[in-house]
Amino acid sequence: MLKIENLNAEIDGKSILKGLNLEVKAGEVHAIMGPNGAGKSTMANVIAGKEEYEVTDGTIELNGEDISELAPEERAHNGVFLSFQYPVEIPGVSVTNFIKTAINESRKAQGLEEMPAKDMLKKIREKSELLEIDRKFLGRSLNEGFSGGEKKRNEIFQMAMLEPKLAILDETDSGLDIDALRIVANGVNKLKSKDNAVIVITHYQRLLDYIVPDFVHVLHDGKIVKTGNASLALELEAKGYDWIKQELV
Amino acid sequence: MELKDKLLSSYVAFENRVNTNSDVHEIRSEAFEKFEELGFPTRNLEAWKYTSLNSVLKQDYSLFPNKIAAIELADVKQFFIHEIDSYKVVFIDGKYSSFLSQTTHENYDVCLMSAALNKEKYKPVIEKYFNKIAKQDNLTSLNTAFATEGAYINIPKNTEVQKPIQIINFTTGSETATMLQPRNLIVVGENSQVQIIERHQSLTSNPVLTNIVTEIFADKASNVDYYKIQNDEITASLVDNSYIEQQSNSVVSVHTFSFGGNITRNNLNFYQKGEHIDSILKGITIIEGKQHVDHHTLVHHIEPNCESHQDYKGIFNERSTGVFNGKVIVEKEAQKTNAYQQNNNVLVSDRATINAKPQLEIFADDVKCSHGCTIGQLDDDALFYMQQRGIPQKEGKALLMFAFANTVLESVKIPEVKQRITKIIANKLGVNIGFDL
Repeated sequence: MLKIENLNAEIDGKSILKGLNLEVKAGEVHAIMGPNGAGKSTMANVIAGKEEYEVTDGTIELNGEDISELAPEERAHNGVFLSFQYPVEIPGVSVTNFIKTAINESRKAQGLEEMPAKDMLKKIREKSELLEIDRKFLGRSLNEGFSGGEKKRNEIFQMAMLEPKLAILDETDSGLDIDALRIVANGVNKLKSKDNAVIVITHYQRLLDYIVPDFVHVLHDGKIVKTGNASLALELEAKGYDWIKQELV
Repeated sequence: MELKDKLLSSYVAFENRVNTNSDVHEIRSEAFEKFEELGFPTRNLEAWKYTSLNSVLKQDYSLFPNKIAAIELADVKQFFIHEIDSYKVVFIDGKYSSFLSQTTHENYDVCLMSAALNKEKYKPVIEKYFNKIAKQDNLTSLNTAFATEGAYINIPKNTEVQKPIQIINFTTGSETATMLQPRNLIVVGENSQVQIIERHQSLTSNPVLTNIVTEIFADKASNVDYYKIQNDEITASLVDNSYIEQQSNSVVSVHTFSFGGNITRNNLNFYQKGEHIDSILKGITIIEGKQHVDHHTLVHHIEPNCESHQDYKGIFNERSTGVFNGKVIVEKEAQKTNAYQQNNNVLVSDRATINAKPQLEIFADDVKCSHGCTIGQLDDDALFYMQQRGIPQKEGKALLMFAFANTVLESVKIPEVKQRITKIIANKLGVNIGFDL
C-alpha cells in the first residue's frame, strides 16, 4: 500500500525527516510513537503533501505510484486521508456541505457523476450514527466552536464518508475524554478492512488499547529507530523514551 | 474640452429643456454655481486622497444621450432579479423605459423623478424632501445641478410594500462614452416597510461615468432594506452618493456588493435624527485587475440610544486597490450609543492594495464604540485542510472567500438576492459551488 524510502524533508531550511523508511501493507495498522519534535506530524503532513515542507530526497509510493510530486488534493483522490491534530475552523460552510463538496470533487476527479442526493443523505445518516453524531451538529459551520472531542469525531466522520485507502490519524486521541476516545476508536475499527491501512500517530498507549496495532514504530530525530509489535507500546508507556535514545548511542 | 468646461457650457442648453421657473430649478442653479466653484475632486482633498478620477474624467462623454436605444427584455433579463415579482423602475441611457418598467400609484408611488418634479400633486413632497440632506460637495452638487430623472418612491405611513422595487440604469453606449446623473428620492412613511434593489449596467464596453445621488427619508418605526449590486462592465465607473435620514425607531440597512466596474466610489451617509434608531451598513468587495473600489461611510449619531452596525469585507486580487474610510461621529447628546464597525480585508496578491481608515469622533462619554480592521491573506492551513479532503486549490480558495464574506451574505433578507450574489461571486471566482451558503 504505502512504501516510504529514505525520505528526507525540511521546512524553512531546517531538516526534520532524515532518511525515513516505512512500509505499510493493506489490512495493517501501524502505530508511530516518539518524543516531541521527533518528526511525527511532519511525516503525516509530508505524506499528505503540505507545500511548506520540501522533500529533499527519497520516495513516497502509494500502490506502486510515486505520489511525492502530487498536489494534496490529488493524493486525497488517490485515497490518502489525514485526520488533523488541529482541524481548522471554516465558518459559513456546514459540515454537510463541506463533506458533500469533498466527496463530489473526488468523484469528479475520477470521472464519476456527482453522488445522487438520496445516496449522499443515506451515507451521511449511516456514518454519523456510527460516530454517534447528532443531526444538528451536521448543520453547524465546520469545526467552528466545536469542542476538541467534537472536532476529532468530525474528522473520523469525514474519514468514514471518504473511505480512504490509507488513513493517517495524527494524535486523534489528544483532547478526547474516555467516552469520545471509545467512540472514535470504535469508528476506526469498523472502517478497517483487508483493503485499507491505518497509521496511528500517538504519544500514548491509551488509544492503542482500542485500535490494536500490528506494528509499533519509534520515530526519533527524523527516522524510525525501533520497530516492534503491540507490546513495544506498553514498554514505552512504562519506561519512556530515554532507554531507546541510550540504545542508539 | 475638459469635462468640467463641457458640463458648464452645456447648462444653457439644459435650461432650455427644463422648467426654470420652479423652486427646484433654484436649487439646481445654486448647485451649479457650487460645482462651478469646486470643480471635480482631486487627490488634494483628504476625502479623495486614495481615489483619483483623472483617468475617468478624460473621456469625451455624451452628457444628454438623445437617441433611445431599443433593448429586448431577453437581452437584459439576466440583470434583473427576475425570479421574484417586483416593481421596476428602469432607465436606458438616463431615459425612462416604460417597456421594461413596472410602476404603481395605487397605494404608494413607485415612479419617476421627472414626473415628481413637474406635477403639482407631488410638489409638497418635493418641497419637503428634495435636496434636503444631500451634501453640498463637488459631485453631489454636480448631480443636483442636472437633476431631472431617477426613481421617485413615496410610501405613506403604515404601509408595507408587498414586493421589492428594482431600480436599474442601463447604458447602451450607443453614443460612445456616456455620462449619467440619476437622482433618486425615497420617502418612507411612519411604520412602513420597503425593500429596494439598485443596479447599474452597461451593455457595451464603451466608457460610462455615473454620478448618482439617492436621498432616503425613513420616518418613525419604518424599515428600509436596500441592496446595491455593483457588477458593471470594466469600462464603467460609478460615484454613488447616498444620504439617509432616519427618525426614531427606524431601521435602515444598506448592503453594497462591489464586484465589477472600473472605479467605484461609494459615499454612504447616515444621519440619525431620533432615538432607538438602527443603521446597518454592510458590503462585500471582490475585485481584480486594476479595479478600484472606495467605500466612504459616515454614521452621524445625533440623539441618544441608537445603534449602528458596519461590516465590510474586501477581497483584492491582482493589482486591484481598495479604500475603506469609515467615519462615526457621536454627538455629546448621543449618550448610550452603540456603534460597531468591522472592516476585514484579504489581499490575495502581493500587488493588491487596501487603504483602511476607521475614523471615530466621540463627544459623548457613555457610549459603546468598537471598531476592528484587519488586513490578511487567505489561511494556508485552512486551504491545505480542504485540499487534503480532495477539494482542489481553486475551489478551496473560493470556499474560504465565501466563508470570509459570509457574515455579510447571511444578513441578506431576500433569498433570491442572496442566491444571485452567491452566483456572481462563484462566477467571478470561476467555481461552481454546489450548494447555497
